Amino acid sequence: MSTPPPPKRQWSWRSQAFRGLLYQILAIVLLALAIAYLMSNTFANMRARGIQSGFDFFLQPAGFGIGESLFDFDSSQNYLVAYLVGLSNTLRVALVGLVLSTLLGTLIGIGRLSHNTLVKVLCTSYVEVTRNVPLLLQLFMWYFAMTELLPSIETPLKPMTDVFLSKNGLQYPIPVWEAGHWGTLLGMGAGVVAASLWKRHARLQFEATGIYKASLLPALGLFVAGGVLGWLLGGAPGQLDIPELTEISVVGGGSVSPEYLTLLIGLTVYTSGYIAEVVRAGIQSVSFGQHEAAVALGLKRSQELRLIQLPQAMRVIIPPLTSQYLNLIKNSSLAVAVGYPDLVSISSTALNQTGRAIECIAFVMLIYLSLSLLTSGAMNIYNRSVQLKDR
Amino acid sequence: MTRSYQQHFEPIAPRKPPTSHTGAMAWLHRHFFDGPFNSFLTILFLALLLWAIPPVFNWTIWYAIPNADNEACRAAQGLGACWGVVAEKGRLILFGRYPYAEQWRPLLASSVLVVLLVVSCLRSFWRPSLVLAWVLVYAFFFALMRGGFAGLTPIETERWGGLPLTLLLASVSLVVAFPLAILLALGRQSDLPAIRTLCVVFIEFVRGVPLISVLFMASFILPLFMPQGTSIDVLVRVLIGMTLFTAAYLAEVIRGGLQALPKGQVEAAHSLGLSYWQIQRMIVLPQALRLVVPSIVNTFIGAFKDTSLVTIVSLYDLTGAVQLALGDADWRKFFIEGQMFVAAIYFIACFAMSRYSQWLESLLNTGTRRQ
Amino acid sequence: MSTSSPIIEFSKVNKWYGEFHVLRDIDLSVAKGERIVVCGPSGSGKSTLIRCINRLEVHQSGTLTVDGTELTDDVKSIEAVRRQVGMVFQQFNLFPHLTVLENLTLAPMWVGKIPKAEAEERAMQQLKRVQIAEQAHKYPLQLSGGQQQRVAIARSLCLTPKIMLFDEPTSALDPEMINEVLDVMVELANQGITMICVTHEMGFARSVADRVIFMDQGQIVEQNTATEFFANPKNERTQDFLSKILAH
Repeated sequence: MSTPPPPKRQWSWRSQAFRGLLYQILAIVLLALAIAYLMSNTFANMRARGIQSGFDFFLQPAGFGIGESLFDFDSSQNYLVAYLVGLSNTLRVALVGLVLSTLLGTLIGIGRLSHNTLVKVLCTSYVEVTRNVPLLLQLFMWYFAMTELLPSIETPLKPMTDVFLSKNGLQYPIPVWEAGHWGTLLGMGAGVVAASLWKRHARLQFEATGIYKASLLPALGLFVAGGVLGWLLGGAPGQLDIPELTEISVVGGGSVSPEYLTLLIGLTVYTSGYIAEVVRAGIQSVSFGQHEAAVALGLKRSQELRLIQLPQAMRVIIPPLTSQYLNLIKNSSLAVAVGYPDLVSISSTALNQTGRAIECIAFVMLIYLSLSLLTSGAMNIYNRSVQLKDR
Repeated sequence: MTRSYQQHFEPIAPRKPPTSHTGAMAWLHRHFFDGPFNSFLTILFLALLLWAIPPVFNWTIWYAIPNADNEACRAAQGLGACWGVVAEKGRLILFGRYPYAEQWRPLLASSVLVVLLVVSCLRSFWRPSLVLAWVLVYAFFFALMRGGFAGLTPIETERWGGLPLTLLLASVSLVVAFPLAILLALGRQSDLPAIRTLCVVFIEFVRGVPLISVLFMASFILPLFMPQGTSIDVLVRVLIGMTLFTAAYLAEVIRGGLQALPKGQVEAAHSLGLSYWQIQRMIVLPQALRLVVPSIVNTFIGAFKDTSLVTIVSLYDLTGAVQLALGDADWRKFFIEGQMFVAAIYFIACFAMSRYSQWLESLLNTGTRRQ
Repeated sequence: MSTSSPIIEFSKVNKWYGEFHVLRDIDLSVAKGERIVVCGPSGSGKSTLIRCINRLEVHQSGTLTVDGTELTDDVKSIEAVRRQVGMVFQQFNLFPHLTVLENLTLAPMWVGKIPKAEAEERAMQQLKRVQIAEQAHKYPLQLSGGQQQRVAIARSLCLTPKIMLFDEPTSALDPEMINEVLDVMVELANQGITMICVTHEMGFARSVADRVIFMDQGQIVEQNTATEFFANPKNERTQDFLSKILAH
């Protein structure tokens, strides 16, 4: 068998390969021309308006303060640090929002499939209402509730002892960091190790003898015990910074602003509606025949859920769940509308101050793009690894 | 070995099921009290509802003030809703900063647009003349809102607002994005690497960033792209931003349809000797689009909600208009009622569209379901 | 055939789907080791009949006793019955995310509380019995329809049931794969297990069944030994059905 002859290149209009090449070159040239035109306009306009370009302004002092942040920031620090504060604020609300909306969404998604009609109707209404009203409007409504309907700081609500809720946000006791807390952290780490060892032991026992030992609760117990033990060994540091109600205000303790609470609650409620639908679709995707086969084999409901339905449902749930997570992260950019200093909000302040629109906006877009690509990349890897293997 | 089986066959007439399995008691049991956990949940939620509903009813209906009486509203504050705020500020909410006397114009323009939207949803109207109708209606809409002829005072686009603006933004961005999305989707499937890369980069870039940053970019950077001396209308900037954003998402939806099409279709078309564009136009797109019409309607619902973001770049659509209307110190306390009014409008519109999308899905599936 | 008490006993069993009377006054006794084929037009209630035996369907009146245990709402008795009854479905219903071996060891380990090594040994034995041992580490979707159904049969056999139920096991298979599954079922039948099979494969019925039951509109219309049933169908509905089925 000889090798096939190389394809004859025909440089004529009739050859498909030639035409394809021509189209591509044409497209690239047109695009390059368009970009060149736009850029020349841009430079002309910027010169006319006296706007400078370049990313050097990032190292100049910001000149503005930021309402709230995880670490101290003052106006003498440069723009780059300001952006970092913005990013940390975004992550602060997005990560907590992701966890809460997943929990809430999963419960509601399962509730939509319940046989109990009351539960099903309530969950369906929740999903319909949260998905059919724009997020911005929901945020405005929550913001109004936080800033107008809550009492002022002189007479705050007390949902629990030492926890105060008012127009100024939520204030709560927060432990003061002492050296002894390293003991707690180390204890928790040891607890994690002990828990995974126990789970392994329980699994090997089950395979060897067929007797099943519960592994979730003991594992949890070991984790908690490890933490407590470590805390005790660290000298049992118990100092708390407790907020106190004075005549005019609440002083001390950890706090979150009403803007943070608005964004967190708004994002959680909105996204949980979508997650509920994703979870519901995933559970329903497992065919009824799987349930019948499990039942015919004698599996209990809990075993069936854990061994048959959940693994198969997860495959269907994870990809759309990831895009909902990305949506939540992107939706956190609406913070600018309620005055929460997230990444977009700080970038817009910087833009107003320096006039360097392209640099500011481009930088923000780059950060979001990296977050998106990272998350989709991780999801693709996971997806490929759990694909049902077929011919 | 023989067995004697009953050889006489007497047909048995169907009977009704025993009463313990039908009737009200059985229905209640099955739907509300099926097992101890479900019974507990039913009782828990019933208790919650009984605790919550009377105060809500009192506030919303019983003690509410329906007329625009500021005094009465303040007196009833906290006790009853002030629906008078809707009567008082309703026109500001619905039409934004459009001059009061000329508000018949946005009313007429949006009514015509809504009628066309509803008509386009009905199958009997799916003909080429529908496209012409859309072009004419848009021309009419712009002309009427803009004015400047036949005695109509010109109103600049910054003053357009409220419901007409929402309708305009959502429908135009979808309509203009549509052909762009088709090109992007086809480009992404293309064999030509340069075209494919360009389309992928565009789509992933736009989908990876928040809509707000796209709107900011449109607001601040587009004017810089224009030749010196020319300016670009605020509304046009926002429309361009929203159109590009919608086009990227729509392109992914259409790509789903293209991928769902069996390969045999294109192969058969090739074997008949059709060219690439003929195949796309006559074979691929009609089928692929029909597969994803419900997703396209969902994208429209999303675009309709996303128009609320133009509030952040100072165009007062429905969401922005209510914020504007209630900046008035006299009526500031009654924000909630105003917001609920607008939320109800969004809810009715989006709910209707999602029901329509489900109806459309079942309509299109009956013809194409494989046995 | 033994003359001891029947292993399955239906006594005036009735079932309704909502208002639709799907099983009407069913009286049926199945002896231990007996092989029964149930046939009839679609909608006649034959699948519902056998699904009542392992409580996949719930009957509303009459009594149904399986291996000495009456089937009621009592959870323990249902579990006991399901341990003794194996079922093979038309759509195979293998678990696609587990390998063939894992499909077979799942129930013995989690329901039968058998150690993993022993469960795997049992599984390999059953796989050899249905002649598919070499596929043990493949995933169900990598196998052909006939292979998947044989794995499904092996899976139900792993719990050593006394009764095997087959709900149209070959109806979803391409013609060239029907025989490999029927061969396995014939071999099972010859080993003395109690079998109830809903099927259209009349050749199988003729060669294997001790008794053939014809159902229509929720009732047992006619039942007889296999030879008698096919040679002399007594009821005209039976004759009508047979003429349609045996035409090719």
